[in-house]
Amino acid sequence: MLTLNCPYCGIAADETELSPGGQAHLKRFGPGSSEDEFEGYLFMRENPRGVHFERWRHSNGCGKWFHAARCTSTLEVFGTYSAQTVEPPAELRKTISEKRPGWSWGEFS
Amino acid sequence: MKRYSAFAVAREAFRHHAGWERAWRNPEPKKSYDVIIIGAGGHGLATAFWLGKNHGITNVAVIEKGWLGGGNTGRNTTIIRSNYLQDPSAAIYEKSRSLYETMSQDVNYNIMFSPRGVMMLAQTHHEVRGYLRTEHANNLQGVATTFVGPEKVKELCPIINIDGPRYPVLGALWQPRGGTARHDAVAWGYARACSDMGMDIIQQCEVTGVRQQGGQVTGVDTTKGAIDCKKLGIVVAGHSGVLADMAGFRLPLESVALQALVSEPIKPCMDVVVMANTVHGYMSQSDKGEMVIGGGTDGYNNYTQRGSFHHIEETVRALIETFPMISRLKMLRQWGGIVDVTGDRSPIIGKTPLGNCFINCGWGTGGFKAIPGSGWATAEMIAKGEPGPLAAEFGMDRFKEGRFIDESVAAGVAH
Repeated sequence: MLTLNCPYCGIAADETELSPGGQAHLKRFGPGSSEDEFEGYLFMRENPRGVHFERWRHSNGCGKWFHAARCTSTLEVFGTYSAQTVEPPAELRKTISEKRPGWSWGEFS
Repeated sequence: MKRYSAFAVAREAFRHHAGWERAWRNPEPKKSYDVIIIGAGGHGLATAFWLGKNHGITNVAVIEKGWLGGGNTGRNTTIIRSNYLQDPSAAIYEKSRSLYETMSQDVNYNIMFSPRGVMMLAQTHHEVRGYLRTEHANNLQGVATTFVGPEKVKELCPIINIDGPRYPVLGALWQPRGGTARHDAVAWGYARACSDMGMDIIQQCEVTGVRQQGGQVTGVDTTKGAIDCKKLGIVVAGHSGVLADMAGFRLPLESVALQALVSEPIKPCMDVVVMANTVHGYMSQSDKGEMVIGGGTDGYNNYTQRGSFHHIEETVRALIETFPMISRLKMLRQWGGIVDVTGDRSPIIGKTPLGNCFINCGWGTGGFKAIPGSGWATAEMIAKGEPGPLAAEFGMDRFKEGRFIDESVAAGVAH
């Protein structure tokens, strides 16, 4: 079973305690944006075989949203981090680079 | 190739079954083909079959990373139905269902199509209204479905508990001409027929790159070397995003795990397919007697063909509530497949930014039922260079233009 450490309450939460919330670090577009921007924002998701950043909610726990970095081809969890950020923390990116040299995801690498 | 027939069985019975041929050849790739199809699952093989049958294009290679039919084609619950709400869906799924009726004859291979009827239970008043609407839509579309009451549900499937305390059965959308088929046989039948037409099915050959020049595909790089082609079809289900990435474009879908399981075999107790979308489980009985069970997808991206255990638990819990007699059954096998899910839960059949490259993907959790019709539509598109009437609405530009074929709402959850 997938286990993620909730960065807020600090406990290792099983998947049954959590709700997946889709891709993290979405760039949002509002009124006045082009069709391409809306399509990208609403439908074009990162769908990598490998490193992926996601939103999760500790729904049957503290209730907070947080972010997780996972590998979709091995289910390895690289780490979790606060949702109050617009990019993965540098330290986590370094950890991922050691395990998956040459990874890239959206604008991050 | 020798035809399969009752006479052939009798003939072989008299000579110790020494005369059966291999069902399909296992060739090395040629240097070039008119059309390369990536993915020898049901949809890829059906595409190749109809390319040959309807359009006379037989210089075709079907390239497969693993073994043919080893992906989602061999990992589903084999349900065939066409009771969709939206017109484009009903058209292609009904075409597919009708092609399943004659497929055993078309490919000279017994796919064990069993039109035993599919019943989608309504267990809330919302669902009753939803299915009444679908019934009316289906009647306008020429798809034979009827809404039946709880007594009829009990008559069609006596093992159902219609008086569940939490979700009593209030009725069902009944499609008598839906059913099941043998999933492996669908892949094997198409493979044999394709091979017989001179097409090459190349297994254990992974595509590693899509070669292109001036916005056109010129060929693919594979683990068995480079192969040239005039047209390319990408029909790879869960890995569509990976292939699209190689070809240099993006797809509006995400890959998630979907699981199924079968019980130990028991005596015949259920001769229809039952789907219970509110409690989220579906079940039918295979010819071997196993109860074949499916449920919902996991909620996060995954390429491992392994799903979350708690989803199995939820599915089984829901089905025990609906069919109390299965509570003591042991489950024998469980497996997962990777399905590619779009924003409106309808597939993508369409052109790509590369001129001679076509894609068929996004069937999500309901691809098996669509195999023959999807292949028909994709073959037509590849042969003519433009999508025909069946595929026209399924282009990926619909997401930009807001022309959704929204089955996510219409079909409930299981799909």
